[in-house]
Amino acid sequence: MRAVDAVMECLKAEGVEVVFGLPGGANLPTYDAFVDAGIRHILVRHEAGGGHAAEGYAKATGRVGVAMGTSGPGATNLVTPIMDAMMDSVPVVFITGQVRTELLGTDGFQEADTLGLTMPAVKHSWMIQHPLEIPRAIHEAFHVARTGRPGPVVVDIPQDLSRAEIDYQPVTDVKLPGYQPTTEGNAKQIRQAAKALATARRPVFYVGGGVVNAGAAKELTDLARLDRFPVTATLMGLGAYPAPDPLWLGMLGMHGTRAANYAMDEADLICAIGARFDDRITGKLSEFAPRAKFIHIDVDPAEISKNVPAHIPIVGDARHVLGRLATEFRALEADSSRLDAWWERIEGWRAKYPLRYEESTDGEIKPQYMVQAVYEATGGDAIVTTDVGQHQMWAAQYYHFDQPRKWINSGGLGTMGFGLPAAMGAKVGCPDQTVVCIAGDGSVQMNMQELATCAQEGIDIKVLIMNNGYLGMVRQWQELFWDRRYSQVDMGNFPDFVKLAEAYGATGLRFAEKAGLVENLREAIATPGPVMVDVRVGREENVYPMIAPGQAARDMVG
Amino acid sequence: MGEPGTQELLSLEELEAAGGMRTGRKHVLSILVEDKPGVLTRIAGLFARRGFNIDTLTVGPTDDLSVSRITLTVDGALHPIDHVTKQLHKLINVLKIRDLEPRDTVSRELALFKIAADGPQRAEVLQVCEIFRGKVVDVGRRSVIVEVTGTTDKIEAFEAMARPLGLIEMMRTGEIAISRGRGET
Repeated sequence: MRAVDAVMECLKAEGVEVVFGLPGGANLPTYDAFVDAGIRHILVRHEAGGGHAAEGYAKATGRVGVAMGTSGPGATNLVTPIMDAMMDSVPVVFITGQVRTELLGTDGFQEADTLGLTMPAVKHSWMIQHPLEIPRAIHEAFHVARTGRPGPVVVDIPQDLSRAEIDYQPVTDVKLPGYQPTTEGNAKQIRQAAKALATARRPVFYVGGGVVNAGAAKELTDLARLDRFPVTATLMGLGAYPAPDPLWLGMLGMHGTRAANYAMDEADLICAIGARFDDRITGKLSEFAPRAKFIHIDVDPAEISKNVPAHIPIVGDARHVLGRLATEFRALEADSSRLDAWWERIEGWRAKYPLRYEESTDGEIKPQYMVQAVYEATGGDAIVTTDVGQHQMWAAQYYHFDQPRKWINSGGLGTMGFGLPAAMGAKVGCPDQTVVCIAGDGSVQMNMQELATCAQEGIDIKVLIMNNGYLGMVRQWQELFWDRRYSQVDMGNFPDFVKLAEAYGATGLRFAEKAGLVENLREAIATPGPVMVDVRVGREENVYPMIAPGQAARDMVG
Repeated sequence: MGEPGTQELLSLEELEAAGGMRTGRKHVLSILVEDKPGVLTRIAGLFARRGFNIDTLTVGPTDDLSVSRITLTVDGALHPIDHVTKQLHKLINVLKIRDLEPRDTVSRELALFKIAADGPQRAEVLQVCEIFRGKVVDVGRRSVIVEVTGTTDKIEAFEAMARPLGLIEMMRTGEIAISRGRGET
């Protein structure tokens, strides 16, 4: 069979149910193979939309997403989703077409050095040099994407090689001698960690996206509840612990709650799980959690002690390690009353500094209220994707995620335009769930074109645009740190999102009144087919509380 | 092989002593890699991206055709070496990394020096060459080419002597290193 037919066989063997992509000259053979392959392919309008859709699919389902593009511009358009998937550890296989081997290196039409362009952004990549390598490369790519710390991989296939006839032998074993991720944590270290937890008087669990990736939410919840351990999570970790809950402190970091950030500041033991001490979490590194010792559990050894030295490093899969840690901890029969004073202190912060905003008196929709209304209208049970900016932070603060894989956004790279295609991918992966995209009016325009894909394919997503006519987060920073000298942030009243939605074949709605918003949103979400809602919110609201960049948690404002 | 496992528990004192894990000395990393296209780019790119400086780098075949050895030297005063090695371990084509202990290692570098050797100066050049057990590999009417092999210190010492005599050009290979004893590097 042709090598491309073998690619299809490999995808089927890997259990792929959908591919997001766009054909072009260099991957014509691949698209010819799709005709008979029986694999669902969704024709996106821009490769970046396809890449983010594959990420949304992967984040919502926990399976590997697949995106395809042709050579040259097809591949360069995929660079943003590839980097995005790298930063947030999302398992996606990107398969790109490449010019014929005789043209390689000649600046041929639509030639780009895809491997070189994507090298700093991938977990690994394969440049096919012989058609017989193709099946093994595809399986290796899936193996690398999904195991260890998940991440994006690229397989670049020159057009002539993809067309070649090969004797296809199914590949059943993948052996990569240089790739053997550690999954089982060291038993001695886990015992040490249990002892440290049993004696800590001011412990905090600081959890990140690694807990979601490892499917360790239950193990985390069980362990925390063994002894009233306070839990906070990063933006990526939301949903790993059910919110709201007595042990839940809210998100930490730049726009986290005071309870979470103050608890980190005063903690004597911080147990970091699948988190990487990003600058948006630590603020000023020298003043980050100055009294704490650190247990750091991560599947990627390079994350441990990268930014903050760990006293008890544990390399391993969070699910395995947390399960073992709970067993060890239970055996120690710790005296729970040692945490009484700590909880009293935390409850004090909670009571004094709840998340709050000034409610409007004139019917204006406050952006925070919009998120609360979405929470109510969806019963708190939707998959929520966002773009990047103020709306993302408010969604993180006010939509209380009580399950993992319900909260899908671009954390590390902070990619505007992520939300709409990610919602599309999530809905394809989870057709029975309600999927809403809370978008910014700036961000949503960056991958708007995928609304056409949703309309054509009947992908039932609800895009709720928090429209303040500004690049709101940039405006906020200009207001706070640049003397309110607004520079290139006002997007005015353009475009008309209702008409645009209709032009794309979706339903367009506009809400500008606080009264009845929950009911209106409920109706919008119940409307069949893709819906885009232009929600007009107060223009100059700021996200608070806030740790100013480079400041310490202790100095939160707002 | 593969990624390093969990480290032993560090005491607080050890942690502080590690002080960001900068050792303050030169480290020779001996890296076995699969001989696949782009592997050197991956390593060079990783160093550039993470802001690590490579002092010298050599690549060559090993006794196994599918495996190459990269020997590179890094300044442990500038970079936490374990960050460097942990990042290198994440590259899938990297099979094995050894941070060679200086006293358990034999390391060599080869250098070629083109030195002005007009008239009376020629004798002095040849004398220095002999002291360093250098080899004259080419002689011209106005210059000689000298080959010197040895440790980096020796090469640098020869350079210091050659410079006042009229050093025209110098080329160095960068260090290769092999561990002492029966075991493989």
